Amino acid sequence: MSFYRDVTRKPWNTVGLPEGIEPRPAFNMPNEKVALIIFATCASVLFSLLVVSYFIRMTVGDWVPLATPTMLWVNTGVLVLSSLCFHLAVLQSRKTGTVRFGSGAGLLSLAGGLLAVLFIAGQYSVSGQLLAAGHGLRVNAANAFFYLLTGIHVLHLLGGLWVWGRAQLRLALGANVDRARLSLELCAWYWHFLLVIWAILFYLLAST
Amino acid sequence: MAYVPLADQDDAHALHDPQSFVTKYIWSQDHKVIAIQYGGTAIFVGLIALGLSILMRLQLGFPDTVSWIDPAFYYQAVTMHGMIMVIYLLTALFLGGFGNYLIPLMCGTRDMVFPFLNMLSFWFYLVSVIILLASFFVPGGPTGAGWTLYAPQSISHGTPGSEGGILLMLISLAVFIIAFTMGGLNYVTTILQARTRGLTLMRLPLSIWGIFTATVLGLFAFPALLVSAIMMGFDLVLGTSFFMPAMMELGAQNDHEGGSPILFQHLFWFFGHPEVYIVALPAFGLVSDVISTHARKNIFGYRMMVWAIIAIGGLSFMVWAHHMYVSGMNPYFGFFFATTTLVIAIPTALKVYNWVLTLWQGNIRLNTPMLFAIGFIFTFVHGGLTGLFLGNVVIDVPLADTYFVVAHFHMVMGVSPVLVLFAALYHWYPKMTGRMFNETLGKTHFWCTFLGTYAIYLPMHYLGFLGVPRRYYEMGNTDFIPETAQALNANITLAAIFVATAQILFFINIFWSLKNGEKSGGNPWGATTLEWQTPDTPPKHGNWGEELPSVYRWAYDYSVPGMDKDFVPQNEPGEEYEKSAHHHKGA
Amino acid sequence: MAIAVVIVLLVVGSVVFHFVSPWWFTEIASHWTSVDFTINLTFWVTGFVFVAVNLFLAYSVFRYRQRKGEASKAVYEPENARLETGLTVLTTLGVAAMLAPGLFVWAQFVSVPEEAAEFEAFGSQWQWAFRYPGDDGVLGTADIEHITETNPWGINPDDPNGQDDRVIKKPYMMLPVDQPVKALLRSRDVLHNYTVPQFRIKMDMVPGMVSYLWLTPTRTGVFDILCEQYCGLGHHIMRARVEVAEPGQYAAWLQEQPTFAETQQQPDADLTAGQQAYTVCASCHGQQGEGNQAMNAPKLAGLQPWYIDRQLRYYQEGVRGAHEDDQFGRMMAPMANTVASPAARANVSAYIASLPAAPAASTLTEGDPGRGMRIYDANCASCHGDDGMGSWATDAPALAGMDDWYLATQLQNYRDGIRGAHREDDYGYQMTSMVKAMRTEEQQNDVISYINTLR
Repeated sequence: MSFYRDVTRKPWNTVGLPEGIEPRPAFNMPNEKVALIIFATCASVLFSLLVVSYFIRMTVGDWVPLATPTMLWVNTGVLVLSSLCFHLAVLQSRKTGTVRFGSGAGLLSLAGGLLAVLFIAGQYSVSGQLLAAGHGLRVNAANAFFYLLTGIHVLHLLGGLWVWGRAQLRLALGANVDRARLSLELCAWYWHFLLVIWAILFYLLAST
Repeated sequence: MAYVPLADQDDAHALHDPQSFVTKYIWSQDHKVIAIQYGGTAIFVGLIALGLSILMRLQLGFPDTVSWIDPAFYYQAVTMHGMIMVIYLLTALFLGGFGNYLIPLMCGTRDMVFPFLNMLSFWFYLVSVIILLASFFVPGGPTGAGWTLYAPQSISHGTPGSEGGILLMLISLAVFIIAFTMGGLNYVTTILQARTRGLTLMRLPLSIWGIFTATVLGLFAFPALLVSAIMMGFDLVLGTSFFMPAMMELGAQNDHEGGSPILFQHLFWFFGHPEVYIVALPAFGLVSDVISTHARKNIFGYRMMVWAIIAIGGLSFMVWAHHMYVSGMNPYFGFFFATTTLVIAIPTALKVYNWVLTLWQGNIRLNTPMLFAIGFIFTFVHGGLTGLFLGNVVIDVPLADTYFVVAHFHMVMGVSPVLVLFAALYHWYPKMTGRMFNETLGKTHFWCTFLGTYAIYLPMHYLGFLGVPRRYYEMGNTDFIPETAQALNANITLAAIFVATAQILFFINIFWSLKNGEKSGGNPWGATTLEWQTPDTPPKHGNWGEELPSVYRWAYDYSVPGMDKDFVPQNEPGEEYEKSAHHHKGA
Repeated sequence: MAIAVVIVLLVVGSVVFHFVSPWWFTEIASHWTSVDFTINLTFWVTGFVFVAVNLFLAYSVFRYRQRKGEASKAVYEPENARLETGLTVLTTLGVAAMLAPGLFVWAQFVSVPEEAAEFEAFGSQWQWAFRYPGDDGVLGTADIEHITETNPWGINPDDPNGQDDRVIKKPYMMLPVDQPVKALLRSRDVLHNYTVPQFRIKMDMVPGMVSYLWLTPTRTGVFDILCEQYCGLGHHIMRARVEVAEPGQYAAWLQEQPTFAETQQQPDADLTAGQQAYTVCASCHGQQGEGNQAMNAPKLAGLQPWYIDRQLRYYQEGVRGAHEDDQFGRMMAPMANTVASPAARANVSAYIASLPAAPAASTLTEGDPGRGMRIYDANCASCHGDDGMGSWATDAPALAGMDDWYLATQLQNYRDGIRGAHREDDYGYQMTSMVKAMRTEEQQNDVISYINTLR
């Protein structure tokens, strides 16, 4: 690994441009992707801490598990579809080498975002059902965790939708293809990440 | 798609050149302006915290002199002083201030990779500061829960500011964390991706290594604070029971059940301990560069220094519960955390040795930045060694929650980083302004600050040995505390007032020199790192003029044998060669 | 140059300060001398490093500083692997030398000896209560949900083990010397901490769980118990004392303490007897307990019975009304002896509490209630309540509707050390500190004028 080679080298012993004249970024990918990976790592830390707190809090005697509403399965399906749309959109844009508002990739990404909006609406209606059934926040810590975990997940998704919205707008205005493709790929990565997070959270909520 | 490094996007940058005053200085996306905005805001809010500490000291040293320092206000001042200093001053100034200023310059780039995000980061930070300060004006005042905001007291009736104050504090922290995350993504990505040609990781100055590692720590540690702030906010506003147990408030049982106060402490310190290093590591980095430059000698054991920074960063996530030895958590954890805590002392000690060994056989210039740096070594040795007391679980038990702890952490993460901040501010002042500061004023400022703070904190350790508890509005009748302790307290307060007053010298100096200082030129210290090699001083927007610098050597080629000058800038081409490993003996 | 000299002076000064400092650990009163040993060992190791590193620093600065007119050049030495390895090994050895004994002593801390006798310390905002097992040697179970005004410990009334527990609701406890004891620590509300500096150990008290520590007291005497985990406004006034006594004395003291069952079986107060006893009081305090400013007799109606009872006891025991400057208190003291027995006190207290309480007329003309509200809400309300009605939970009497002139004289008494300074005044001493929320007369008038609005 080059990082290991780097940190074990004695830097005072070399003079000149050892790597040739080109600058050498640590990762051979656009900065936005690097930043996204770092952000996803931070978000993973956040969700891990929430999960750890969940397990610790669960050991206290007053814990009453919350029955998982069936509708969560539907929502999960919607999120999977949303992620899939973005994935296909990326594949499509790679194949055609371009992306435009109305092209196959453009339509797929539009659908992906709309499905995500649908997912959020679904999550919202699940909370509404739970509240109506008397499973309020204060009733039990398990309930509180349900709202907390789904809420923070939705917030992350909303952040993604903001980027998605800007990208769609740019597409509609006919922005440059490389920027648009990058936005599309970033969305796809982020959607997959949030899908994995949701899968873990859903498993956690459903299994305990 | 092809990767286009920012360094080569010259055209794109030219378009962004700000035209009006507003885009140039207010809504600026230039890292240098943002750095100064960050720094100015942090110093401003830090002065408020300094004022609060003086009020606290007045109460402790001369009770009954200020009629309106009542117990509630005292605890509010304690809380806000701590929180502001740790988060809103030190974190913001080291990373938002120095990080922003130095990363693009030291890495040879034109700006951060995401300038817009960088601007947003500052504005979010400003909003978090405004929310924080707003809590002084809500009914009940700011929170008085102690800077650790321990549940359940932070949101229960018997604590000052448990209505509006704590809520604003939690919101402010959340906004700060968003601001930090936006900035942090920038710093890390810029350092990883945008270094100029020839600048390999091991050619980076230690400042960048310190800032980089601290930012990574921050990105992984702040989520813990965010989680605890959100969950506490839920408990407060929505009445959930994440941290709130069933308990009595004024004779009535509250509505909560089963929450775990210890869970809060784990989350808080999982953030809180790395936070110490978020402040310390940039300080380590900056001071290394100051020492090396003014000793005219390469930093001793550069590789060891880099590894130590990384090791400290990694270990800092494994020691958090040493803040909780007497918290009531399972005492068996004590074995593990005492061991990891004392292990972290080893890389830290090596850093100290290497600073001193850099001075050894150097050619030391005793100017203001160097004096601050030497002062830092002294106070950091002191503060680090007292850390070995508190890290060792059995010694922590008698000393926990006494003034020994207060003295220790002020020495190690108050005085020491602040001395580095001053060293760095004086050191880079000529680059930021193009002027020299006044050396006499600077030295006077150093002596007052260095000797004054030692007079505050050395005796304070001994109050701790005696067993004087911290966070006490007053001692009252306590048999084991002799009268002399009060006299000592009064003297500590006098020293504190002296130190606080002496800071005026600093402000006079930097403002006076802005107009009247000698012109410094681009590289007054004869330093090797890239920021001193810019075509303009202060550097213009885009930093490097027509062409980006290329880096041919590591950051510490001082007093290289066989060279005429006693320094070789990083961007100075040399005959491409492998220096002999034994070459250095030839001096 | 100066910096090198100053660093040497600071090193010498710090060492000298260390040896001449009169501020040092209190004389130990428990068996944890091993803790002191570890501290001393750490002092030697770290002290050596402190002196060595800083003297070397000072010498380097002195020897290698730039001098005017002398050309000099630094030595080029990027690293020295042998030196760095050597220093690493040496540091590791030093750290191990401090850590190993520390962990060894901690192993003793976590393993409580079988024969350790248990007691319970119970913290609340901002009081202490204690409990010892009865003859069965077992503490009854306890929980927040059982807490009532008569059962402030929250002992489970249905648990037979708890009936004979000896309960103490005052900030004073006793321990036998030379016998290992284990403290079980509980909290009624927020985090607290049980610290006795002379015992060298401390542990937080956490609501919802029981933490512990153990020790063998080795020296008789009376020591301060401090709360050392910030617990809100009254953190600094949450005090108690522990007396370490010979086992015989300890056993006798313990026998004097009531059992939990006894505290729960108090006979109902006899209001008729109370009314008879009150006739003596009525001559000054008025038939309806309405008070009489001309006689300097405050209004009593509206005060809680436990508060009246406690104050009567203080007058009888010389805790209150014994200070030579306490002119009116000294008049009250002999009067209090007309209800000398606990039963008589209870009766008259209950009778006074049964009197109809109309708010006293306000006599104060100065003061800004708005400013007073800020001070009151921030500093007073935590114990006396937002409504000024007081609470048994914080042992705070009602203030709302009481005589404002009397509040003023009592605040002044607290300030002057006339009231609350006596060691046995378990709650009055808290007021001697809290009264500092009103350091000026103006502030005091503001607060009282605000209390006058709470009726």
